[in-house]
Amino acid sequence: MALLVDARGLVKLYRMGEETVHALDGVSFTIARGDYCAIVGPSGSGKSTMMNIIGGLDTPTEGKLVIDGADIGAMSDAELAQFRNRAIGFIFQSFNLLPRLTALENVELPMIYGGVEPKARRERAAALLQRVGLGERMGHRPTQLSGGQQQRVAIARALAGKPPLLLADEPTGALDTTTGAEIMALFDELNREGVTIIVVTHDHEVAAAARRTIEMRDGRIVSDRLNERSARHDAHV
Amino acid sequence: MMRTSDLIASAARALRSNPLRSALTALGVIIGVASVVAMVALGSGAQAQVERSIASLGSNLLIVVPGAQRSGGGVRAQAGAGGGWDALTLGDAEAIAAQVENVAVVAPSQRARTQVIAGGLNWNPQVEGVTPAYLEARDWRIAQGRMFDETEERQARRVIVLGATVANELFPNVDPVGQTARMAGGAYEVIGVLESKGQSGFGMDQDDIVLAPLTTVKRRVSGRRGRGDSVSQISVKAVNEGVLSAVQQDVETLLRQRHRTREGEDDFTVQNLSSITQTAAQTTQVFTYLLGGISAVSLLVGGIGIMNIMLVSVTERTREIGLRKALGARQSDILHQFGLEAVTLSVAGGIIGLTIGVAGAWLMTSLFNLPLVISPLNAGMAIAFSGAVGVVFGAYPAWRAARLDPIEALRRE
Ligand SMILES: Nc1ncnc2c1ncn2[C@@H]1O[C@H](COP(=O)(O)OP(=O)(O)OP(=O)(O)O)[C@@H](O)[C@H]1O
Ligand SMILES: [Mg+2]
Repeated sequence: MALLVDARGLVKLYRMGEETVHALDGVSFTIARGDYCAIVGPSGSGKSTMMNIIGGLDTPTEGKLVIDGADIGAMSDAELAQFRNRAIGFIFQSFNLLPRLTALENVELPMIYGGVEPKARRERAAALLQRVGLGERMGHRPTQLSGGQQQRVAIARALAGKPPLLLADEPTGALDTTTGAEIMALFDELNREGVTIIVVTHDHEVAAAARRTIEMRDGRIVSDRLNERSARHDAHV
Repeated sequence: MMRTSDLIASAARALRSNPLRSALTALGVIIGVASVVAMVALGSGAQAQVERSIASLGSNLLIVVPGAQRSGGGVRAQAGAGGGWDALTLGDAEAIAAQVENVAVVAPSQRARTQVIAGGLNWNPQVEGVTPAYLEARDWRIAQGRMFDETEERQARRVIVLGATVANELFPNVDPVGQTARMAGGAYEVIGVLESKGQSGFGMDQDDIVLAPLTTVKRRVSGRRGRGDSVSQISVKAVNEGVLSAVQQDVETLLRQRHRTREGEDDFTVQNLSSITQTAAQTTQVFTYLLGGISAVSLLVGGIGIMNIMLVSVTERTREIGLRKALGARQSDILHQFGLEAVTLSVAGGIIGLTIGVAGAWLMTSLFNLPLVISPLNAGMAIAFSGAVGVVFGAYPAWRAARLDPIEALRRE
């Protein structure tokens, strides 16, 4: 399998007055196309920082990061925006849907910034909502949807630009166990269709559903192993 | 890359989502533009009115009157300390006609005030003893009947031509031409009526006038005061506007020779109507600028209102901005979106303000009886100016939005 993410010696420093926080302290790893990877670790270990950097929302202080053949460090602000639009689908713990827009319009949003024609993007948004099981709720606003439904809309939105990489930072953190499991089942399906997924989680079951688990501590990777097949099955049966 | 139609749709949606706030924000611009438009229209109307009414006194016209000019201004004493009220003579008029170049017409006249009676009605108009050339010099036209000719003038015939006001007052129900009116103890035949000129720039009714032959007035109306050949005024019409100042100088030089006076000690004054017009027009223009400038301040306040609301809006929508950036919005997309919201508010305010301003101008000019002057240029400038207000005052909030760090923005609750 070809490499989708190639990170070499990533360092992220935050200077807080006299003190310097090493949010990332020399992280190197690779993620292959089609992989499904969980990142775990205690709070403050640098998981979100790493996701933000992979997603092109933040830039590393040091190190080299190549995603989908493109060197993130060398990109201008506008190029980074385009990269996020084309290559990354973000899924957040708090869904982050725009409250004034309907489900359909929320899913259309990334395609607006991708310059997709109105007709084409409406059709694609409708198909994606159908795909995540919300075909009946396209005209609803976020406040009229349950948490699980909102996260499905967010997943449909993340898929809108056909990105090769989905980044989910604690996607089930705001959901109950059953709804969370439904979301994880959806991830599993998407992964089988070829979408590469990186998910940050505190939940062991969620982590076990992935193919591979990276464990972080104090801005470093302390373990990186493949999950057992059986464990993956238990998670969503 | 965002499509323009999507940009507009998203700005429109943001404004619609908070209609009251948008309306109140636009109100600042509406009031500003409306007052600028109304005030400038009012000022221009006043200016046009002044120019028009001064022009109605006669074009390319110099008026020579006895008496010295008061220092510093266009206003002078007709019979001031510098010279006698009978300083001007028919001889002066003839000399001007004969010796000054580029003169079209010279018309001496003698003014008198006397009661005129006809059919039991009486009126107290200004009576001007004039030569037939007076009509051309003062741009008068005959509406009915005819003007007396030179023979009638020389023979001191008892004929008169009435101004429109006098004709209305003395002959409300009959055709005045052919009727008889009495003044200064004699009977006069009305042979014509003048076309109406309306008010002069100085607020006088120009139609409250009776024209009679100069000789007749000198002999029978104004009495035997002073020298027999003195006149109260000489109207000099130049061939065109361009030579007016030159003619004025020549007339002054000639009269100084004839009256043996030196500059500064003149017993006459040459008034140049076009320079009076200019002064008056400049005065009203300053007035227009002043009105416009004061109302522009309210437009500025409207702009600050837009800036204020846009800053609030950026703060409120920080999380939305962060999300849009995460989904692929570039800095320029965010900049354009917020900039467009501000410009839409201000231009919409400008258009509504223009409408209200024009209505207000119409109301005020009809109230003050002024011509309504609204140039498309001014209207276009009002819209362009309100758009500029949106750009200027929307730029900083939009820039703040565009520069937001997406991670910080997404973390905000
Ligand atoms: N903007 C910032 N300024 C200063 N320090 C920061 C900033 N962002 C993150 N950090 C620090 O970097 C470290 C890693 O933070 P990060 O958010 O990546 O942790 P995390 O692993 O996602 O934690 P959690 O599981 O609680 O979400 C923390 O010590 C945090 O305080
Ligand atoms: Mg985190």
